[in-house]
Amino acid sequence: MKRRFTLKALTAALALSSLTAVPAFAADTIKVGVLHSLSGTMAISETVLKDTVLMAIDEINAKGGLLGKKLEPVVVDPASNWPLFAEKTKQLLTQDKVAVMFGCWTSVSRKSVLPVVEELNGLLFYPVQYEGEELSKNVFYTGAAPNQQAIPAVDYLMSKDGGAAKRWVLLGTDYVYPRTTNKILRAYLKSKGVKDSDIDEKYTPFGHSDYQTIVADIKKFSAGGKTAVVSTINGDSNVPFYKELGNAGLKAKDVPVVAFSVGEEELRGVDTKPLVGHLAAWNYFQSIKNPTNDAFIKKWSAYAKAKGIAGHKDKPLTNDPMEATYIGVNMWAQAVTKAKSTDVDKVIAAMAGQTFKAPSGITSMMDPKNHHLHKSVFIGEIKADGQFNVVWKTPGPVKAKPWSPYIAGNDVKPDEPVKK
Amino acid sequence: MINKTLLSNKSWGVFFAALIILGVAAPVLNLLVPEGNLFHMSDFAVSLIGKIMCYAICALAMDLIWGYTGILSLGHGVFFALGGYMMGMYLMRQIGTDGNYKSNLPDFMVFLDWKTLPWHWVFSDSFVATLILIVAVPGLIAFVFGFFAFRSRIKGVYFSIITQAMTFAAMLLFFRNETGFGGNNGFTDFKRIAGIPIATPSMRMTLFVLTGLTLLGFFLFARWLVTSKYGRVLQAIRDAETRVMFSGYNPIGYKLSIWVISAVMCGIAGALYVPQVGIINPGEMSPANSIEMAVWAAVGGRATLIGPIVGAFIVNGAKSWLTVAAPEFWLYFLGALFIGVTLFLPHGVVGLVKKIQTKMVNRSGT
Amino acid sequence: MTLKKFFATGILAVLATASFLTSSHALTTAEATALAVGETDSRVAALSLAVQTADAKTAAFIQALADDSIKVSQDPIPKVFLIKDGKPTDPITGAEVAAPASLDDVVNNNRMRGEIDNALAALKLFSKNEKDRRAAIKSLQGEADESKLGLIEKAYAAETNAEIKAEIGMVRAVVLLSNSDATKRLEASQLLASSNSPTTKTAILERLKTESDEAVKAALKSALAAVEAGLVWGERLAAIFSGISLGSILLLVALGLAITYGLMGVINMAHGELMMIGAYATYVVQGVFQKYLPGAFDWYLLAAVPVSFLAAALVGAALERSVIRFLYGRPLETLLATWGISLMLMQLVRTIFGAQNVGVENPSWMSGGITLMGNLQLPWNRIIIIAFAAAVLLGMAFLIGKTRLGLFVRGVTQNRPIAACMGVNTARIDTYAFALGSGIAGLAGCALSQIGNVGPDLGQSYIVDAFMVVVLGGVGQLAGTVYAALGLGILGKFLEGFAGAVLAKIAVLVFIIVFIQKRPQGIFAMKGRSAE
Repeated sequence: MKRRFTLKALTAALALSSLTAVPAFAADTIKVGVLHSLSGTMAISETVLKDTVLMAIDEINAKGGLLGKKLEPVVVDPASNWPLFAEKTKQLLTQDKVAVMFGCWTSVSRKSVLPVVEELNGLLFYPVQYEGEELSKNVFYTGAAPNQQAIPAVDYLMSKDGGAAKRWVLLGTDYVYPRTTNKILRAYLKSKGVKDSDIDEKYTPFGHSDYQTIVADIKKFSAGGKTAVVSTINGDSNVPFYKELGNAGLKAKDVPVVAFSVGEEELRGVDTKPLVGHLAAWNYFQSIKNPTNDAFIKKWSAYAKAKGIAGHKDKPLTNDPMEATYIGVNMWAQAVTKAKSTDVDKVIAAMAGQTFKAPSGITSMMDPKNHHLHKSVFIGEIKADGQFNVVWKTPGPVKAKPWSPYIAGNDVKPDEPVKK
Repeated sequence: MINKTLLSNKSWGVFFAALIILGVAAPVLNLLVPEGNLFHMSDFAVSLIGKIMCYAICALAMDLIWGYTGILSLGHGVFFALGGYMMGMYLMRQIGTDGNYKSNLPDFMVFLDWKTLPWHWVFSDSFVATLILIVAVPGLIAFVFGFFAFRSRIKGVYFSIITQAMTFAAMLLFFRNETGFGGNNGFTDFKRIAGIPIATPSMRMTLFVLTGLTLLGFFLFARWLVTSKYGRVLQAIRDAETRVMFSGYNPIGYKLSIWVISAVMCGIAGALYVPQVGIINPGEMSPANSIEMAVWAAVGGRATLIGPIVGAFIVNGAKSWLTVAAPEFWLYFLGALFIGVTLFLPHGVVGLVKKIQTKMVNRSGT
Repeated sequence: MTLKKFFATGILAVLATASFLTSSHALTTAEATALAVGETDSRVAALSLAVQTADAKTAAFIQALADDSIKVSQDPIPKVFLIKDGKPTDPITGAEVAAPASLDDVVNNNRMRGEIDNALAALKLFSKNEKDRRAAIKSLQGEADESKLGLIEKAYAAETNAEIKAEIGMVRAVVLLSNSDATKRLEASQLLASSNSPTTKTAILERLKTESDEAVKAALKSALAAVEAGLVWGERLAAIFSGISLGSILLLVALGLAITYGLMGVINMAHGELMMIGAYATYVVQGVFQKYLPGAFDWYLLAAVPVSFLAAALVGAALERSVIRFLYGRPLETLLATWGISLMLMQLVRTIFGAQNVGVENPSWMSGGITLMGNLQLPWNRIIIIAFAAAVLLGMAFLIGKTRLGLFVRGVTQNRPIAACMGVNTARIDTYAFALGSGIAGLAGCALSQIGNVGPDLGQSYIVDAFMVVVLGGVGQLAGTVYAALGLGILGKFLEGFAGAVLAKIAVLVFIIVFIQKRPQGIFAMKGRSAE
């Protein structure tokens, strides 16, 4: 039949047309891939990181670029869809031939990108705090490992200033980051003498919004002794949780809650009155006062206004993943200059020991072996205006332990990527 | 008169052309023709088209139940994902001790502190058992669900909504880490399939060809089904179920069987999808994914078999392109597609082409 | 040792000696500095000292510390300023003084804030105002320690109101639990058995760990049992309340859908997005009030209710006129088309407002809660939403049952051709009915904005629940929706107590699937002839 013939021909033509590859143009630019979700559930957090990369690239280009060439960003949208992350990575590395990628937020997205980037020998900079238990030659982790965030936070809560907590509620969203973090924290608390009956581990699904029962449970649990809540609740769900806490009359001085995924950006959409006094642990806060941070905030405000970035053009906010992204882009640029090439293996070698004056006030250093940054830890209390009061900080930068000593079997793991 | 022939001669011609393109041209263009050559088929294209072909199989399955039988399922993603998970379990075991923790158990079980494999992993180290499970698990679940649903004469919109509930509940279940399917991370980082390394171009091309052959095979199978008496009864059920009952047929058997067949097709598609994409996670079971399957069938043209395949290619091709070229507009485009197709193209692209062809014939005829 | 630390400890030493010599005295500069500057430990010690010998100026200073009105200048020695009406004043004399341009804030961490609140409460125990005294006792429950015992004894002796005296007695008993005298401890334990506060339980448990005297131990244990028995009722009532609250939210969400689907047969997958529009309308009204009517900000919610109804109703009417009217009689196509609309609406909101969540504040009369029993605190926002849902339901029932519009809608639903013959403009009635259902979705969105996030994804989280309620409740009857919503809410919360949030949700979904097999038309089935 004519119709069927035409249609089959159509399909075949469609298929064939995508078979031929577009030959890569020999460009006088160095391509930089940006792999952040611009739509879907993660867009809330990741869109601003794309803009941070673009701002850092603009800065470098204004100074003349790298190795005499300008940097050209290639922005793709994996749309919070994990298989799409892998597909876009393949596309960036094989079609666009980018020299480096800055991207990912959730561990799922990173784990789906990992095999691709390892197989094609690409380079990924990952700027978000995560659960550790990973060390790849092709990835540089500029976010915190658990010992650079979770453990110092618990130490603070156990101290007198933090409330001298005796009982612990480990509340998280049900996925790998909270699960692993809580596992590490349990082992750590045990090592400090806390009994199992004084630890309550709870998980809620993504997007969970009705925290009445959980808050009632926390109230009941806290009657047994001074309780602190360690919250690894994922971004969105924090708002209904805090609202419920506030309305149930649980004040921060009675039951302090420390969160690891609540930053300046997450507080933007929140009524902060009931949250005053609750804590967050990060390696950077916008309210840290030093000249580097002032310059960084100024740069970002100007950039956001110039580009009309929604939300930030009126109220510019900076947060930890943005700082980590900024450090990452600059360190990569420094490594390229040092290696005099964008070849991935050369750049990986040149990244070891790179330093950069970070907005958090320290001189950030990329560990010579384990692909993680040395970071200082800050504990902040939420203020009514959505910023954080820094109430405690580590005396100096902490070296990352991607293989946590509190998980069995990690003692035999080397502190550097294993050749696969 | 029931059409005795499966396909017309011309159509057989196109079919064999497609067979040759998939079976011969693609491997040659990808593996033998060097990179940089105009005719080289990139690895990226191989994985993209392979993925879309898996989706096309699902679209075909949707056509069988929706286009021909009138049952709109908004939960077929769960069967797709189940087939994928069965294959995924096998692939996870195939990683062996090459994972992060050098243990026999998959990584996610190690950091959940599990010491032994849970009961539902018992067959996961045998390739043959996995193949059986890929067919059996989606089929069995479809059978149970369908048996009770069709027996209670649930139809139309109610049925669609409870299929949504089914896939939503399954998604919540699989997101739980305790369920033993890797939770939100799912399964990833595959190394081997049946002992052969998975990340090589030749293995990728093998999977590609396999998917293409499966698609063509299912197409023929579906064509055989709908041109038979069985197919006529299905279409009758779609058009006037009560009358079918009064004519002496029991629709339950027909509906149940086509429901299970379509579920198994989706399961096999899922199993082919996972090694090509390299990851499976409960997001595949989300209601949105299943609704998108319905739109592939609608865009292409229901009750045409070739239509949904075309629809799957059009929509997913647009998705791949728009999420690079104009990411903010992808959802506008998809939404507009839904609306446009239901309002203006009730017979899909195929219907549109047919209308144009008829017009051209009429014009040339008079 | 830093300069600050040196000063703080030095001043403390001086103060300690000084307080032995005086009983009540005026606030000195040294005291003020010790309270505002230095490590938390030394500041807390200074605070304890100040409370015991406080006067009105000290109380005012401590209050200013709590209100963040104290600022410090650092060089060369720390100097403290109290900011009154934006001008720096001397905390001792109250006179305005010149201050250097850059002043540092006094950072109070949680512990410091807790101690300041306790200090203020202890001071308020002697206030003339009865309400103040009650509030002070409340905040001292569970926080009082030995250092405040003196003040508490004084207040207990001076109290005239019998009820308040009894409450102070409870607080005193909790403090006495750690007294060295065993008879005092025994007396305290026996008194505490009649308490109904969870903080008492905490205190008793703490004491049980270290108690040595047998008689006191026994008394403590029986007191604990009594207190727990009292608390259990609070927990049960709280669970029931949370079920009703969830049910009321489900009702609001599903009511609009029940109308469009139940009365019109239209499956509207964009229902969630209509709720989102209502929520964003609330956000916009909030913004308008913040900008132009900041004094009346607390009442923005009252203005937001009709605005969100209208906004959603208008969008619904537009949808009906442009897309849905062409799809009547084709429910499956309506489903897909409205899904497409939902995608476009979500992306539209993302383009206009950004992909981030936006902040909607609760007005002050919706924050906090009402304490019914010792451990039963019902949040105001949930109570008001329950009342709101009931009001919307009654309004709907009245509209459908008693008004002309409702009559026409019912007529068109039951028999369209005859209604048309009777002169009813069926097309217009369709639009009104759809707009009504959408408007109610808008109201639901307004309510949701007070409880959870407002973002482009607001609708997605509730759409499955809404459909489940409608399917379970049966088509064509509002009563079914009510029972289904409340039933699912209570069932869900009940299961959550046992199995956790996820399993409870899955169990509820499975229950619905099974129930529909048994009773495909839902709880309240439409009566009448129909072959299907």
